[in-house]
Amino acid sequence: MSDEETFDASAPNVIDLRGVSKTYGRGEAEVRALDRIDLTIRRGEFTAVMGPSGSGKSTAMNIIGCLDQPTAGSYRFNGVEVGRLDRKQRALLRRHYIGFVFQGFNLLARTSAVENVELPLIYRGLRQSERRPLALKALERVGLAGRAGHTPSELSGGQQQRVAIARAIVTDPAVLLADEPTGNLDTRTSEEIMDLLVDLNTSKGITVLMVTHEPEMAGYARRVVEFLDGRIASDSAVLEAA
Amino acid sequence: MFFETLKLAVQAIRRNALRSFLTLLGIVIGVSAVIAMVTIGNGTTVKVQEEMAKLGTNVLFVRPGQWGPGRSSATAKQFNDRDVVEMREQLRGIRAVAPLAQMSATVVYGNESRSTGAIGTDASYIVAQDWELARGRNFLDGETRSGQAVCILGKTVQEQLFGGEESLGKRIRLSNVSCEVIGTLEPKGESGFGTDRDDVVLIPLRTYQRRIAGNTDINRITVSALDGADTSKVQADIERLLRERRGISGGEEDDFGVADMKQIADAQAVTTGILTMLLSAVAGVSLLVGGIGIMNIMLVSVTERTREIGIRLAIGAQESQVLMQFLVEAVTLSLLGGAIGVALGLGLAGAVSVGMQIPFVFDLGIVLIAFVFSALIGVVFGYFPARRAAQLDPIDALRRE
Ligand SMILES: Nc1ncnc2c1ncn2[C@@H]1O[C@H](COP(=O)(O)OP(=O)(O)OP(=O)(O)O)[C@@H](O)[C@H]1O
Ligand SMILES: [Mg+2]
Repeated sequence: MSDEETFDASAPNVIDLRGVSKTYGRGEAEVRALDRIDLTIRRGEFTAVMGPSGSGKSTAMNIIGCLDQPTAGSYRFNGVEVGRLDRKQRALLRRHYIGFVFQGFNLLARTSAVENVELPLIYRGLRQSERRPLALKALERVGLAGRAGHTPSELSGGQQQRVAIARAIVTDPAVLLADEPTGNLDTRTSEEIMDLLVDLNTSKGITVLMVTHEPEMAGYARRVVEFLDGRIASDSAVLEAA
Repeated sequence: MFFETLKLAVQAIRRNALRSFLTLLGIVIGVSAVIAMVTIGNGTTVKVQEEMAKLGTNVLFVRPGQWGPGRSSATAKQFNDRDVVEMREQLRGIRAVAPLAQMSATVVYGNESRSTGAIGTDASYIVAQDWELARGRNFLDGETRSGQAVCILGKTVQEQLFGGEESLGKRIRLSNVSCEVIGTLEPKGESGFGTDRDDVVLIPLRTYQRRIAGNTDINRITVSALDGADTSKVQADIERLLRERRGISGGEEDDFGVADMKQIADAQAVTTGILTMLLSAVAGVSLLVGGIGIMNIMLVSVTERTREIGIRLAIGAQESQVLMQFLVEAVTLSLLGGAIGVALGLGLAGAVSVGMQIPFVFDLGIVLIAFVFSALIGVVFGYFPARRAAQLDPIDALRRE
């Protein structure tokens, strides 16, 4: 399954969650982070996920990004049941289809911005000479062209966040999962990043799923899903359909 | 892809410079200590053996009590004049049989005095020892028989007492015997055991027995065989003769020892072997301590590395790729540390062997052992914690604090 053909690229639903639950801990201390979620994302959609802190947004993103596994329910990615894939196959799925912007950035310490951005390309098997220009271009797109040689500790929170975004988009992934990508940015930079995501979505057909607390940012999305206490409280797509 | 992995590993090593340096240091110290100690120990052993071998195998040393470390000759029954006479008469293929009685005594000339080894013997002594007179003459048979007060000085004694002054014909006092210097000996240097063989005064055996020792004991008999003679046969003959003379019956053990220098050296080598073992033990401990250091550093860094592993996995790395990176990293560090350690250890041993004038004995075995052991530690403690982390779900690895 190292090849993209293994997935049915014609399946209309890139992401299909059915009755997905995630619980942490046991007995008294049990936390139901996700409670029988149903969520379908179609190819090419730009969706914003909103909801109060602790409502399960990040938990859902991690499961969708194949970083975590649900305790119950079914998750199909491009028509393939992820629960039936082994570790190796899930790693390949992440490598070839998913770009992930972490809420906490998760950059490699003591490693320059451009090297951080190159990282996913290394595992895609690109040579150094091919990686460097792509990484520099991605940094330029997030407005960090002049910071390529800086390590995370030499960058501001917002700059680190933008390095994390550059790392997620450098591969032109089929699906971009962004957990509060503008959480640390001022309004102007936030708007630039949103313009970038919209452009990736419209010109390259990248499916975007983005968590945000800010209604202005959610306004860039064509669809808004609202989480509350581990459930989906509202979904604009469902409302439209109704 | 392997080249990529190697590059990643080297990057990681440079990024974590301090941790890498400490790991390296642990390996270097462990490896170099073991190699230096064992090499020096081996060199010492070889030096002792070489020194002994120089003395030749055609000279046999006979003493009361058996040869060997920790064995005493003082408590066994001593030899007497008759033993020497019998040996001279009965043994075949020999050049000289030299009796010897010795103790330490004070020698005085004018205002100079020193403590030296007084040796009672006869003219055959310097023949048997293959020694040369520098000046003067050897004892005459008449002097030996009647116990004249004459003496021959070793180089050290002669220089100490007389300096540049003429010594032949002068009278010195040895213990309480005033005797005339009739000859001086060529220098012979240190023995393999580190004693100065030139720090001696020879006087006729009879004189020694009567006026210094006050008994008729002979403490050693040196027998030198003719060139080309079968020394092992001479050795067997001496043993048979002495057993008979000392009344030792069939099943009983010898209460005397006959050995050439090589046999004495071999017995001695057991002692230096113990020294080598001791040094090796000390070295082993330093290797272990180095190993524990490496282990600690590796384990402590796992927390930070766990996040790194989580990031790499999240971004699309296979578990096996991450592990290969960590393995290559550990192996690179270990090999580098091992190589520096080997070079440093051999260099250290080389410097010491020049300083102590012992031969430099390269021991491939210990180099390999030290190298492999440290590499193993580096790999085991670099690799296995990483493996545990790489088997987590990416999100769990990322969450580790
Ligand atoms: N590893 C964990 N162990 C135990 N509980 C957890 C764990 N991760 C998340 N939770 C709990 O699950 C719930 C959902 O957490 P989640 O991170 O998904 O919230 P969120 O919607 O992303 O919040 P925020 O907007 O603050 O990022 C929270 O109540 C949280 O305490
Ligand atoms: Mg969150």
